Amino acid sequence: MTISNPALVEAKKQDSESFWRSENAKAIGLFVISLALFLAFWELGANMKWFAKGMPTASKTLQELWWWSTHPFFDNGPNDLGIGWNLLISLRRVAIGYTLASIIAVPLGILIGISPVAYKAFNPYVQLLKPVSPLAWLPLGLYIFRDSELTGIFIILISSIWPTLTNTAFGVANVNPEYLDVSKTLGASRLRTVFKIIIPAALPNIVSGLRISMGISWLVIVAAEMLLGTGLGYFIWNEWNNLYIPNILVAIFIIGLVGLILDSLFAALEKFVAFGRKA
Amino acid sequence: MNLASVDSVYHSNSQPAVIPVPSDPSEPSVQLSIRNVTKVFTGKRDFFSKLSRKTTRDFTAIEEISLDIEPNTFVSIIGPSGCGKSTLLNMIAGLSEISSGEILLNNRPIQGPGPDRGMVFQNYALMPWMNVEENIRFAVETVYPKLSPKLMARSIKENIQLVGLVGAEKKHPHELSGGMRQRVGIARALAINPQILLMDEPFGALDALTRGFLQSEVERIWEQQRKTVIMITHSIEEALLLSDRIVMMTRGPAARVNEILEVPFPRPRDRETIDQHPAYHQLKAEMERHLFRETRAVEESRIR
Ligand SMILES: Nc1ncnc2c1ncn2[C@@H]1O[C@H](COP(=O)(O)OP(=O)(O)OP(=O)(O)O)[C@@H](O)[C@H]1O
Ligand SMILES: [Mg+2]
Repeated sequence: MTISNPALVEAKKQDSESFWRSENAKAIGLFVISLALFLAFWELGANMKWFAKGMPTASKTLQELWWWSTHPFFDNGPNDLGIGWNLLISLRRVAIGYTLASIIAVPLGILIGISPVAYKAFNPYVQLLKPVSPLAWLPLGLYIFRDSELTGIFIILISSIWPTLTNTAFGVANVNPEYLDVSKTLGASRLRTVFKIIIPAALPNIVSGLRISMGISWLVIVAAEMLLGTGLGYFIWNEWNNLYIPNILVAIFIIGLVGLILDSLFAALEKFVAFGRKA
Repeated sequence: MNLASVDSVYHSNSQPAVIPVPSDPSEPSVQLSIRNVTKVFTGKRDFFSKLSRKTTRDFTAIEEISLDIEPNTFVSIIGPSGCGKSTLLNMIAGLSEISSGEILLNNRPIQGPGPDRGMVFQNYALMPWMNVEENIRFAVETVYPKLSPKLMARSIKENIQLVGLVGAEKKHPHELSGGMRQRVGIARALAINPQILLMDEPFGALDALTRGFLQSEVERIWEQQRKTVIMITHSIEEALLLSDRIVMMTRGPAARVNEILEVPFPRPRDRETIDQHPAYHQLKAEMERHLFRETRAVEESRIR
């Protein structure tokens, strides 16, 4: 995410390229300086034992980060697995659960959004289930599937379905009525209106729903995996049992980085379908 | 620009431009007939509204309006704000239901919207995800699904030429100025070759200069096509520049037609010289008086 101040953005437009460059340059400078200060403080504090007992130094953590990222794929059994494998396991679960959720949520959201009656009728279900913590589904999943892999996917599905569903339904239900008037005055069929007008008009909402769902999937998988036996979540849980903090910090960094990349992909997609509209 | 080709693709009644069209005797002398049309917006009195204390009363927006419109005339509707101009136009477009009375198009009552009436919207209503060409193509494809790709491309091109948007075909609406967007709106409405063009304050969202420029453009286009137009406007000068007849409505609720003015100025008209016509200032004064009186009554009724 970039921080943009409207006034600065305006000034940027009027001013020449060099201002834009110098603004970015300043931001990078500030970032590097603050990072250096943070790492120095951490290193110093850990050496001086200012923090909790067992808190590793920054250099130790960076060393571990280097080691794990240069040795991503090794396999010495489930409790000693390269972080690359764990990452792929987590991503695979997310991909399956999230894709299933999207395949259900987008068409269902469109159907619900098109009909005001359905919108009102199904809203209570969605509103009731949406705020339920994903982990509350875990016992239910384990009971139904009796399999950790399927349960993981189930949890992703059930928790990532709601943002896409509600956003899609909202977008479809709130298509600018003028677009529909255009379609009506041209005598367009219902089907043509849905596919050529309603869905493209709702696309920014659909994509931002998909983006939120992706964020939630990535949040949830780490938590769910602590109880499931493999993946990044389990990696953290395992290192906690080993009481080895540097690896936990490494995993946190990698989880954050992957989440950032996933979110940026969807941010780019959002921009692509916006066409000057605010997403 | 090649004027002859503009009309030629599927305009069956291809007519030479500029020369006034003698009315075809087989054509009905009245193209659109509005007969005793009343619009009542029914209030909310159902159980849920009562529960939330949000009941509203029935509201008669317009009452017993009758109006006949001949082919190839440009008619403006002017009236105080909120009197029901949009309501009337939407009923003609078929977007709003008629409470009582009927509207006949070529002697057949209109039932719902249809491509025999083209609509130009105040806020353009262009699809943001379609570029200029695609916006027009969507309209043509919807109305003429069987048109060959070649004719389709040709009609799109001609309408883009007609409104002076050559070079902007691949631009999306957010990359265009308001004036250019409304050109697309006009091209889209004309591209389906409607019998009547309906425009609801087409220049209302534009700045004064662009507005004036687009008025001249519409005058130029109208000289070429001479299509029946019904336009809502708030601008007296705009109505005088473009119209053959000006319908002045009274204030609402239960708005009616107060008076219909004939505008006798010869065409083609020019915004620079039109006020030299002897009747111009008299007509203008009459409209100003009417609008001032109605608007004052609206404002006073609000205060009381
Ligand atoms: N859906 C509706 N339900 C109830 N009342 C309505 C509805 N639509 C319009 N009205 C009322 O009908 C009257 C006429 O509205 P309309 O929009 O036709 O006026 P207008 O002449 O186009 O006004 P303006 O010049 O501001 O565009 C207004 O008093 C308005 O409040
Ligand atoms: Mg209006």
